[in-house]
Amino acid sequence: MKLLRAQLGSELRVLLRNGEQLLLIVGIPVLLLTFFSAVDLLPTGDVASVDFLLPGIIALAVMSTAMVSLGIATGFERSYNVLKRLGATPLGIPRLILAKALSVVVIEIGQLVLLVGVAISLGASTSSLNVATTLTAVVLGTLVFSGIGLTLAGRLRGEVNLAAQNGLYLVLLLLGGILFPLAELPGALQTMARVLPSGALADILRESLTGAGVSAGSSWAILLVWAVIAQISAARFFRWS
Amino acid sequence: MILPAPHTNAIAVEVEGLTVRHGFTLAVDNVSFAARSGRVTAIVGPNGAGKTSTIEVCEGFSRATSGSVRVLGLDPQKQRAQLNKRIGVMLQDGGIYPTARVGELIRHYCTLFGNQRLHTELLNLVGLNHVVNTTYRRLSGGEKQRLSLALALANNPDVIFLDEPTSGIDVHGRDLIRSIIQQLRDRGCCVIIATHELDEAERFADDIIVFHQSKIVASGTLDDLRANHEEIRFRTSLSIDIASLARHLGFEVRMVDRERYIVDGTSNPEVIVALTGWAKDHGMSIVDVAAGSRRLDDVFRQLTGGDQQ
Repeated sequence: MKLLRAQLGSELRVLLRNGEQLLLIVGIPVLLLTFFSAVDLLPTGDVASVDFLLPGIIALAVMSTAMVSLGIATGFERSYNVLKRLGATPLGIPRLILAKALSVVVIEIGQLVLLVGVAISLGASTSSLNVATTLTAVVLGTLVFSGIGLTLAGRLRGEVNLAAQNGLYLVLLLLGGILFPLAELPGALQTMARVLPSGALADILRESLTGAGVSAGSSWAILLVWAVIAQISAARFFRWS
Repeated sequence: MILPAPHTNAIAVEVEGLTVRHGFTLAVDNVSFAARSGRVTAIVGPNGAGKTSTIEVCEGFSRATSGSVRVLGLDPQKQRAQLNKRIGVMLQDGGIYPTARVGELIRHYCTLFGNQRLHTELLNLVGLNHVVNTTYRRLSGGEKQRLSLALALANNPDVIFLDEPTSGIDVHGRDLIRSIIQQLRDRGCCVIIATHELDEAERFADDIIVFHQSKIVASGTLDDLRANHEEIRFRTSLSIDIASLARHLGFEVRMVDRERYIVDGTSNPEVIVALTGWAKDHGMSIVDVAAGSRRLDDVFRQLTGGDQQ
């Protein structure tokens, strides 16, 4: 337990000291939520912008932390031989992975509290909030995105991994029903977007936070399939050095 | 920190018929050696000779293609958890995250090894008190090496593997690292150093293993390696007829560079007298005469046929 606590502390310190990571996991989600809630640009129909945005922004936050932040940090740790160096201590691989997973959970709890707080201050309605469903969706989303992030981190060089994670983040942001409804996308793109994990997570969160999900049932199935594929892929392709 | 290690001079690392392949590349070809507690063993050779590949198998980072390795009687692959508590590892390229701070990193590694109280002592030992709050990326090359060494010492190891420990650092940094290596040896630790800097190995190694093209081409103490490698070095005021001098002395003579020569295979004072006599007869003077054992890099050149690659 002591080793796990020490490694968790080390993971959080490294992450919180990194300005780019903070911008990614806190700055961008809060900025997008605040800006698009205040400026009436999005085609959200009768739904208040902040109510439409909050579920997608939470999905974005999960993606930022579990995929991009974890993936980039782990990729560089692999490149710098940090993982290899830790391999020569009594820490062990299971504790290292658990410490990384817990660091993601700690950050995500902070993100949830912050984003919901900001959304409420902007007038969001939380009357339909289903906490259990929201947390389950966040956990499942974390499994999906951490699997994708670690798969890329385990195969690509540090700089290539950085570019790949950021590029994927942008694609999933734009095609994830986060900033505008998927119905606004052209036909073929819309079909593809519906099977992406970011869109499925945003849809489930929209249902659990505001009761306005489009097809929550199929979204759960899509997210579950992604979770299985991503975790198997990470286990299969991740390399420590 | 300086705890006595048991069984000084006992075999701590035993490598038998080790072969390592990386894909189609043969990195280590059937090598065998032993390293003992209370001694410094230097694995020397040019880059790509197989030093790091050999050490990484001993550390448990990579698998042997064939052969066996025992470190403190343990199998580095199958008993890695037990071994990690007893060996120190200094990687060639640090293995440290650039934004990690010196003090917290040493404290973290001490915690991982259950030696929290060692933290301050290690900081003092490697002389990094003045940069406790500095991040790794802002350290000088020498400070990085010293930090890396401190992490390798966090478990007070019985065997320590140091990969290029003095590479790229200044004279003071080298002196400090040499002094720490001496302390480790004195307390009975088995110190294994991989280095391509032969003069460094010559300074502090008790035993030397010479790698060349994935194989061990020589091993033993420095005296063993230098045995039968005596020479006389000298400089002349004029160019000389090498063949004539060699016939006169009865030993091979070769030119190192312009007006600098070596008489191979002897350091006998009578040969020096014969040399100066020959020079006088030919109307030239001999300066900077030095006789004795060859330096390790000369021995290495001879062992490898002058091929450093």
